[in-house]
Amino acid sequence: MKRTITLTVNGAPRSVEVEPRALLALVLRDQLDLTGTHIGCDTSQCGACTVHIDGRAVKSCTMLAVQAEGHAVTTIEGLAAKDRLHPLQQAFWDKHGLQCGFCTPGMIMTAADLLAHNPKPSEAEIRHALEGNLCRCTGYQNIVAAVQLAAGAR
Amino acid sequence: MIPTSFEYVRAKNLSDALKAMGKNTKVIAGGHSLLPLLRFRLAQPDMLIDIGQLRELKGIKRSGGGLKIGAATTYRELLESKELKALYPLIAEVTEHIGDLQVRNAGTIGGGLAHADPAADMPPVMLVLDATFVLQSKTGKRSVPARKFFKGPFTTALKPNELLTEIQLPALPKGVGTAYASFEQAASGYALAGAVALIAIAKGLITRADLAFTGLGDAPFLAPAAAKLVATTGDASLIDQVAQAAVAGVEANDDVHAPAAYRLHLGRVAARRALTQALAQAQRPG
Amino acid sequence: MATLFGSGIKRREDPRLITGKATYTDDVKLPGLLYAAMLRSTYAHAKLNQVDVAKARKAAGVVAVYTGADVKDKLNTVPCAWNVPNCDLKVPPHPVLAVDKVRYVGDGIAMVVAESRAAARDALDLIDVDYDALDAVVDPEKAAAKGAPELHKEVPGNIAFTWKVAGGDTGKAFAEAAVRVEQRIVHNRLLPTAMEPRATCASYNAGTGQLTCWITSQNPHIHRFLLSVMTKLPEHRIRVIAPEVGGGFGSKIPGYPDEALVSFASMELGRPVKWTEDRSENYKVTIHGRDHVEYVELCGTKDGTITGLRTRVYAGLGGYASTAAPGIPTILHGLMYSGPYTIPNIEGTIYGVYTTTTPVDAYRGAGRPEATFLLERMIDLYARQIGMDPVDVRRKNLIPKDKFPYTVATGITYDSGNYQGALDKALQLIDYKKVRAEQAKARKEKRYLGIGVTTYCEICGLGPSQVAGAVGFGGGLYDSAIVRVYPTGVVRAYIGGKPHGQGEETTFAQIVADEFGIPVENVEVVAGDTEATPQGWGTYGSRTTAVCGSAVKVAAQRVKEKAKKIAAHLLEASEADLEWKEGKFVVKGSPDKGKSFGDLALMANVAWNMPPGVEPGLEATAFFDPSNFVYPFGTHICTVEVDVETGEVKILRYVAVDDCGPQINPMIVEGQVHGGVIQGLGEALQEMAVYDEDGQLLTGTMMDYAVPKASQMPKVETAHTVTPSPVNPLGVKGVGETGTIASVPTLVNAVCDALAPLGVTHIDKPLTPARVWAAIQQAKGGTP
Repeated sequence: MKRTITLTVNGAPRSVEVEPRALLALVLRDQLDLTGTHIGCDTSQCGACTVHIDGRAVKSCTMLAVQAEGHAVTTIEGLAAKDRLHPLQQAFWDKHGLQCGFCTPGMIMTAADLLAHNPKPSEAEIRHALEGNLCRCTGYQNIVAAVQLAAGAR
Repeated sequence: MIPTSFEYVRAKNLSDALKAMGKNTKVIAGGHSLLPLLRFRLAQPDMLIDIGQLRELKGIKRSGGGLKIGAATTYRELLESKELKALYPLIAEVTEHIGDLQVRNAGTIGGGLAHADPAADMPPVMLVLDATFVLQSKTGKRSVPARKFFKGPFTTALKPNELLTEIQLPALPKGVGTAYASFEQAASGYALAGAVALIAIAKGLITRADLAFTGLGDAPFLAPAAAKLVATTGDASLIDQVAQAAVAGVEANDDVHAPAAYRLHLGRVAARRALTQALAQAQRPG
Repeated sequence: MATLFGSGIKRREDPRLITGKATYTDDVKLPGLLYAAMLRSTYAHAKLNQVDVAKARKAAGVVAVYTGADVKDKLNTVPCAWNVPNCDLKVPPHPVLAVDKVRYVGDGIAMVVAESRAAARDALDLIDVDYDALDAVVDPEKAAAKGAPELHKEVPGNIAFTWKVAGGDTGKAFAEAAVRVEQRIVHNRLLPTAMEPRATCASYNAGTGQLTCWITSQNPHIHRFLLSVMTKLPEHRIRVIAPEVGGGFGSKIPGYPDEALVSFASMELGRPVKWTEDRSENYKVTIHGRDHVEYVELCGTKDGTITGLRTRVYAGLGGYASTAAPGIPTILHGLMYSGPYTIPNIEGTIYGVYTTTTPVDAYRGAGRPEATFLLERMIDLYARQIGMDPVDVRRKNLIPKDKFPYTVATGITYDSGNYQGALDKALQLIDYKKVRAEQAKARKEKRYLGIGVTTYCEICGLGPSQVAGAVGFGGGLYDSAIVRVYPTGVVRAYIGGKPHGQGEETTFAQIVADEFGIPVENVEVVAGDTEATPQGWGTYGSRTTAVCGSAVKVAAQRVKEKAKKIAAHLLEASEADLEWKEGKFVVKGSPDKGKSFGDLALMANVAWNMPPGVEPGLEATAFFDPSNFVYPFGTHICTVEVDVETGEVKILRYVAVDDCGPQINPMIVEGQVHGGVIQGLGEALQEMAVYDEDGQLLTGTMMDYAVPKASQMPKVETAHTVTPSPVNPLGVKGVGETGTIASVPTLVNAVCDALAPLGVTHIDKPLTPARVWAAIQQAKGGTP
């Protein structure tokens, strides 16, 4: 049975009618038009769907929308203030930390969680933190450089 | 990858959750074990009972010299606990290996233990620490030692109407060292073979030695061979003998990632490394 | 004015990508949208007796269900578009949905179209399929053997083709050679794993008879053609849009049944229909890469001169011949057997073999990694046999830099090169003598350090269309651009290529801005929409910069020539008296008399005062067809330490020296090298698609297929040399595939070098710890 859930998305309250089985990632994409959250796998490996729930990075394809009821969801679209770039977004741009861009939103959301709780991570810590985000284009080197740059800019 | 239809109820309290449990229901907390099964339709429950937000199942409390951990405590919360790190650095160390940052943010210790993946990192830790699990149903509560909990792949002592609610960790003796050594499957991060060791020493001699494995067989298991270390100083050759004896005769898993012979070999290496490291830690002054 | 060419400016693609505002195919939403889901075979090889869709058709939310029987007269079969000549190629029919037989796990059986993703998925469970299982065969060598189960009645013995390459007198060379080495080499089957799975959204307008199809495509014009063939809709009524595309690596080149089925459903139902793969579906149905079993022999003198190379290759094609499949293990593989060396005698026999597995087609490097790998591996085996340093053997056989253009024994002609230059630079960066000394010292301490070296060249920048025709490629290989100048002096370039991560929206803007002396912000590059862009052949084979970029350059030059005419007219000077200075045409000798590009853009577009006989407007189209392929090259070196107790390989350093000619944007070039090298290291160390004997894919999800993670991979140290190509006006060569071509043998050579003291000579990749350990045990046991 469908039910209406209320949650905060990128700072604004939203109500949406969902089936209990609906994955948060699909609800964000199909019903809330937040298509910056991508789906790249079905086993919780790739991390393209990473969003923040109450400020912590989670994989929105491994979460039911009903589980997010009453919580605050932040997607890549809501990471920075309007018309501004988050330091990580800027750093990914500056350091060529992306190519096709499909993994990028999830990568940035995970890195944002890392830096929020470990402002000056070592390279090894960055690589460890990004284990749940796969990128097939960059070989990770410039992603790591981007996270380091953003960490330095804080 | 869309699950079959089910009803969903967010439990208001534990007793509600236990009452709701019944035929073809599944309990969900972090969801990181269950969601993939649902998406592949390998699990097709009629109802999900969400216990992820139940405060009474969360948190880390002092209890005697040990700790009680609520089953719905996330891995992240474990990592953030100073108490846990002080009392059981082993758990903190192993937790960093579980899943990835996002998985640790959402996944819960109880969920992972109840899922009982035969290659998971945490179950052998529970064996070595001799934890006790509190299992509750609407009719009551019982305690089961971790050492009697894991029955096989994804199979535990939990009855269909029972919920793992608490993990109780007994106090560790003084002069104890613990360590985890593992070899990860490159894709999943689960252990091809992993060994957890605990060694306690008093007056230079080993008073307790526990060794448990994951990834090798159907379920995590304790290796009785570790007892040979007791009352010795634990020299390198004895540790190696113990490591070898610990995996001798084990019927190891054999799959696309590692043939059985290699898994056994890794098990031996992991055991040796974990024992050696645990001993060194136990010997450290203070 | 400083040129933008050579400047590592930031990418203009990025702002939309880092903010989540980009539109990928699955992001497309249309009013009345329906969703499709495909029922896939769970058997690798089976007779299809009955497909019962009655229950599915009645399910809630289901709009239509189609089976092979429903569509077989309405849709054509999936074409193979690379009909390699002189090899007796057999391409059996590939129905868009299986009709009487399934030939791999994942072969399409039925399509459900429903009001929601969930309803479409639910209905798949209501379809009953009655199969009669047949024997599977997953290994190409076994499938080519007598008595193997046959997939297609049209293809006895499963041999799709037998292709030969020969130059010199290989028989004589081997008969006379002092030294011979031989090795069986298996190229692990790979899953391309573009992070964005494939998707199609089709919208048919019955009023206009136009089909618009959003496809995750590297080559929208090719997809338009293939869709036209499959749907029987004329090409001019199909518009293909490849919006943002999340990586391809070859897997988004081919035509698949899915886009034809989704288009058909939209035409039948009069509503838009979207289909998006799951990752596990992607791993079953989107093309795979590599999958060769090779028998290789190399011969030479005792002092290191290679005199001959001979191969026998079984190349797995999977259940059907995918779009470009026959050309990969032949033209793009066998012709490259000489590598950067002067090997006078070469002979190869390549069998293309059908197996009950997912079709195999182009995957980053496509044929060339396999060629480079076998050659570089054989050279190391040869060097070890004759007791020479592998670098010395390579140096001795490299084509000298003053011999270009150079025609190798396989008959192709390399454009330009300085192979010794790249080798020297790489040796210097790694400090080769020092690391050899460290290795010697480590060996005394029972530590196992290894050094792997690859000197490579590769064929890319595909390529002259005449050659494409001669080798059976079902299309041209020129590319195209329209450069259109707006009245306000801003510019758009519409290109035939389709970048999907490679950054040509930026690099091509650099080319145009340089030509016109305008800020790069004033140039936009448009790609991916067949309605807007001229006929092109897509982005693959490291061709886009060399071929399409050259078209951009030529079109821009044409625009500038016309602008010059207008300038001369307005300045009342002759064209010969004008010169281009600081973004202006000025009269020589009177630098204050001039017309800027902006002035000319306005005057051309308003046409108030045009020179006699000159048409209004300021735009030009160019179709650029190169005179030859380009041959980038380089040297990669890596050092490793192997833990012989566990078989774990630790990469200590990785140095890549590549020469792709002049670099338009060095930052982007470096990014391509990083990504390619790591992708190659994935192939070398951990990626492997495995089927069981029944044809079930055992590595069917990301839980089991090890795409490299950040924590598993090293840093890559990059450097370059610059040797321009004479075959295009930019002098550029490709760099998209060099990493996957060079890094695989580099790593494997390093590990085999590390384990040389233990007697290990070769390990089949991927060099998982399990395999390395097994090789060490085998060497210790003294068994071969």
